Amino acid sequence: MSLRSAPPVEHHGIASGRDLSTWGTLRRGIELSPELRRGFGVTVLLAGLSTLGRVLVPFVVQRVTDEGILAAGGPHEDVVARYVALALAGVVVTALSAYLVNVRLFRSSETGLATLRLKAFRHIHDLAMLTQSTERRGSLVSRVTSDVDTISMFVQFGGLMLMVNVAQITLATVLMLVYSPVLALVVWACFVPLFFIIRLLQGVVGRAYTTVRERVGDLLAAISEAVVGAQAIRAYAVEDRTAQRIDAAIENHRVAAIGAQARAVLAFTSGQLVSGLTTAVVLVVGTVLAARGSLTLGELLAFLFLVNLFTMPVQQATEILNEMQNAVAGWRRVIGIIDTPADVADPADGVVLPRGPITVRFEAVGFAYPGGEPVLHDIDLAIAPRRRVAVVGETGTGKSTLAKLLTRLMDPTTGRVLVDGTDLRDVAFSSLRQRVVLVPQEGFLFDATLLENIRFGRPAASDDDVRLTITELGLDGWVSGLPLGLATHVGQRGESLSAGERQLVALARAYLADPDLLVLDEATSAVDPGTEVRLQRALDSLTRGRTSIAIAHRLSTAEAADEVVVVVDAGRIVERGPHAELVGRGGVYTGLHDSWVAQQQSL
Amino acid sequence: MIRRGIAAQPRWFAVAVLGATVYGVMTGLTAWAIGWVVQEAVTPAIEAGHATSGQLWLVGGVLSAVVLVNVVGVVGRRLAGGIAMYNLGAHYRREVTRQYLRLPLSWHHRHPSGQLLSNANADVEATWNIFAPLPMAIGVLVMLAFGIVQMLVVDPFLAVVGLTVFPLLFAANVAFQRAMSPRMTQAQQLRADVSQVAHESFEAALIVKSLGREDHETERFRAVTDELRDANIEVGRTRGRFDPAIEAIPTLGTLAVLLVGTHRVGSGSLSAAEVAQIAYLFSITAFPVRALGWVLAKLPRSVVGWDRVSAVLEARGAMDHGDRDLPRSGASTVATESVSYAYEIETDPGEPEGSATLHPAVVDVTLEVPAGATVAVVGPTGSGKSTLTNLLMRLVDPDTGVVLVDGIDLREVRRGGVSEVAALVPQQTFLFDDTVRGNVTLGSAHDDAALWRALEVAHAADFVRRLGAGLDTRVGERGASLSGGQRQRVALARAIIRDPQLLILDDATSAVDPSVEQGILDRLRRASAGTTVVVVAYRMATVLLADEVFYVEGGRVVDRGTHAALLGRCPGYEQLMTAYAREAAERAAITATEEAAR
Ligand SMILES: Nc1ncnc2c1ncn2[C@@H]1O[C@H](COP(=O)(O)OP(=O)(O)OP(=O)(O)O)[C@@H](O)[C@H]1O
Ligand SMILES: Nc1ncnc2c1ncn2[C@@H]1O[C@H](COP(=O)(O)OP(=O)(O)OP(=O)(O)O)[C@@H](O)[C@H]1O
Ligand SMILES: [Mg+2]
Repeated sequence: MSLRSAPPVEHHGIASGRDLSTWGTLRRGIELSPELRRGFGVTVLLAGLSTLGRVLVPFVVQRVTDEGILAAGGPHEDVVARYVALALAGVVVTALSAYLVNVRLFRSSETGLATLRLKAFRHIHDLAMLTQSTERRGSLVSRVTSDVDTISMFVQFGGLMLMVNVAQITLATVLMLVYSPVLALVVWACFVPLFFIIRLLQGVVGRAYTTVRERVGDLLAAISEAVVGAQAIRAYAVEDRTAQRIDAAIENHRVAAIGAQARAVLAFTSGQLVSGLTTAVVLVVGTVLAARGSLTLGELLAFLFLVNLFTMPVQQATEILNEMQNAVAGWRRVIGIIDTPADVADPADGVVLPRGPITVRFEAVGFAYPGGEPVLHDIDLAIAPRRRVAVVGETGTGKSTLAKLLTRLMDPTTGRVLVDGTDLRDVAFSSLRQRVVLVPQEGFLFDATLLENIRFGRPAASDDDVRLTITELGLDGWVSGLPLGLATHVGQRGESLSAGERQLVALARAYLADPDLLVLDEATSAVDPGTEVRLQRALDSLTRGRTSIAIAHRLSTAEAADEVVVVVDAGRIVERGPHAELVGRGGVYTGLHDSWVAQQQSL
Repeated sequence: MIRRGIAAQPRWFAVAVLGATVYGVMTGLTAWAIGWVVQEAVTPAIEAGHATSGQLWLVGGVLSAVVLVNVVGVVGRRLAGGIAMYNLGAHYRREVTRQYLRLPLSWHHRHPSGQLLSNANADVEATWNIFAPLPMAIGVLVMLAFGIVQMLVVDPFLAVVGLTVFPLLFAANVAFQRAMSPRMTQAQQLRADVSQVAHESFEAALIVKSLGREDHETERFRAVTDELRDANIEVGRTRGRFDPAIEAIPTLGTLAVLLVGTHRVGSGSLSAAEVAQIAYLFSITAFPVRALGWVLAKLPRSVVGWDRVSAVLEARGAMDHGDRDLPRSGASTVATESVSYAYEIETDPGEPEGSATLHPAVVDVTLEVPAGATVAVVGPTGSGKSTLTNLLMRLVDPDTGVVLVDGIDLREVRRGGVSEVAALVPQQTFLFDDTVRGNVTLGSAHDDAALWRALEVAHAADFVRRLGAGLDTRVGERGASLSGGQRQRVALARAIIRDPQLLILDDATSAVDPSVEQGILDRLRRASAGTTVVVVAYRMATVLLADEVFYVEGGRVVDRGTHAALLGRCPGYEQLMTAYAREAAERAAITATEEAAR
């Protein structure tokens, strides 16, 4: 059997998406939420219709003034009435189509964004453990919440309005050319520089908004320390210091937000200023033209109205472009996470392992955390099926790392890990997670009842299955002592239970999952010795026929195991064999065990 | 709420309102200005067939002036509005987080951390978001008032049109806000739910992964996301119903002006130009009036946000502190007098008014620890040991009874006074996202020598030396880049460096190997001569250090005495402490019989 030379594992951090262009972001965003495009044609048509209606009204006003009121021979009330009736029809059409546009846009954008949220959420869970931990939890949360919310503002109105605005600008340009090509040129001459300024400012505004989104992440992280670390903060009376840290994050966010706002205001007002000045220039030039007789006063006034028709959408567009930069900043972060590759991925056509006792083999396994020294060196280890193996050793030598490699939470940097002769990287996740279960050092419980927490191990389990597990593990007495038994709520992170009780739940949960290989990483370190011994016995009788690997500092576990593996300094295995053999060998294990025995000695 | 916000940021708000007013007046004035220059300069120029430069300057100058003043108004409004909004947000974030730091641990026990995070972030933001468009709304009101004045000046009949249309607009906006309010509230609540599920799920990432529950979690997230989506679509539908109607009202007003105006022109009481001016006035108010509707639409969200924020700000029950100092003299004595503490258990979380029962965790505990003594607290899992340590540090106050340090009731000690003399190493290690140094000193001044001494005692010096940047290595969020045992030893050093008079160790060595633990205990014993130590432990060696052992079960002290005495007379204690030994003996016996049988 030859060693497959594994490609060096590269651990990616989460992409910030900063390098994605605005246009690229929009394209990728729409690709990820195809619902945004669904029925968009009809929506655009309806939006066009409602815009036509809106343009109709000022048009009617102008006509009425010209033909109805100012008409030679006094006001023609019937002409006025006819135009007003026309405008009324326009109002009705506008209102109806605006209603439909609203509803359709909300439906498609919310559906599209829900899809995006879900994709990002799922992908975060699919990311390798190490990739997940390159980012703070709060920041991950914001990628599926507030970042998506900033997008929704834009896709609900902005995107469509932008198109309508462009259409309106085009329409107005054509009309202006018809009325007076010279004045139309004047208008465009005024606006061309604006377009360049806006382009320039968009980049500035976009960067400012991206910074704001990052500051929000820092802010959340700082605040969460005050909440999660409540006990430590009180025990050491470091409220003031924590407050200072939070204040710094709040201040950074405030400064960034005001900075972004200032840039956005600059971009917006430049549009407004140019619009206003254009009107002035048009009137001045128009006066000259009219004085020369190449334009009538009526035409000049009508042209002013067209300028208004032109500048309104330009102003609105600059505003929407600002909003778009904000949305793009959020969108980038969501896309960044979705496009971060999942290093430790479910293989395509993964091998499905048949159920039954598992053999494990490490072949020349080495591991280093990204940017760190190697933690494990050249580990060769074979574990026969049905064996109960204890892994002991000094703290910080890589035992938990070993457990994580074994359950494929991470892939080795060199060498490979095999179960039943198959490289873990080739095993289908569905099969692997069913057969190999890890109870980590820090078990996490959900804010739900005890029953639901245990059932998390196997959602298909009935209430009776859960009860049976409790009984088998000998935890009946404990459960019945709780205020509501299995219906007791364990609180956030299980904080309404004591530390030892949380470990009991985590163990029951893994046990219910019924794996063929159970990996326990100090799973009973906070449980009292009496309970631990009882649990140990229950597990022993129940795990017969399974392979189990237990990491423990309490050497009672090692004494009970079939085989002991000793890991020391810099992640090397220095001794292995049954307890009885190792204990007399005079090596590292003997030393550890002596300390253990010394601790147990009652004089 | 709005009043509070204005009071907190009066200057910026005033600037914003001033800007908005300028904007309102100038927008109303634009129509008039154009009319005026046309009459004063353009028409004469056309009639003369020649435009003088004076006329052209007049046209350009007047209009530019109006535009410039208007732009200044807009900048003032937007910038100052934004500054007021972000200042308020920052201010209330500080207030809310101060509350988090001030309120007692028992309050934190009752509030999910996901919710607290969204109170400090999303809810504060939602509350003050209203401040960006609020000045605009005021500007619009000014504009409308200005409009009505213009109409009154021009013609009373047209003013009647205005006086019916404007209130109609207002009524429509109010109806809109009424309809939106419950929907917005619901969407806001769901947004918080989505955030909470995501938060919990990401915190559980390792468990989700190792049990292969990604699909299950995705379904859970999908459920809340879908609800939020539906709620938002419902918001959109409501908005869709009102928005076009509100937009149509000024247009209808314009048309009414045309009809009435034409009639009035016919009867000779009005000039055509005046009708046009008023019609123009209506059409330029259309957009700002819509903006007013948007402000009102945001109002419910702000109100909901404010309700949630003020629930935190108004939370009472912050611990009262006295003004006494604990004596600084070698070791402290600690005593409790029939202390009891019960956790409140909600039988039906999720229900806002769910009923609660009490779960007694510490019952009628009386103990005293003489100065310089070491006392062990031993008891089975869930027997109330950690709760007791929290009481001794005054992280929670007892329901009944008193905790005395050096004879002083802890409730009389000034804020921060307890932690100056006492240090607790909690069972659950919490590290800040900071350097090793920051985590040990927690900001107080200690030189490196003292730091290394403390790390030596905690058996942490060796591994810290090996870390990339030594003392200045960042440990990651909650110390993620350290192993469990390494985290625990940093936490231990944190207590040791303060050289406390009372040291409380709650199972503080559970994650370190036996030989290191042995070393820690030896060094601690030498370093802490003259310190009173309360230690929660299971290991015999630790317990043997104690002058007296308290054995607790079900929150009560069942027995107390020396280890030897308890072993002899307390069956629970004997069972617990000898569990490993008995187990080992039994196993040895089995092996022996097996061998004999062979
Ligand atoms: N996410 C990480 N990033 C960088 N380094 C890490 C990370 N996790 C662990 N390490 C380092 O790897 C080494 C081995 O850690 P590991 O958790 O495997 O130790 P362990 O043997 O399980 O220790 P313990 O008994 O204390 O739990 C430690 O020196 C630790 O500092
Ligand atoms: N925040 C809480 N809310 C409700 N009940 C709690 C809370 N914390 C602890 N309890 C309950 O109070 C009892 C005592 O808990 P405590 O943490 O003091 O036990 P312990 O003796 O320290 O246990 P362990 O040895 O497992 O650490 C337990 O039954 C536990 O379920
Ligand atoms: Mg405890």
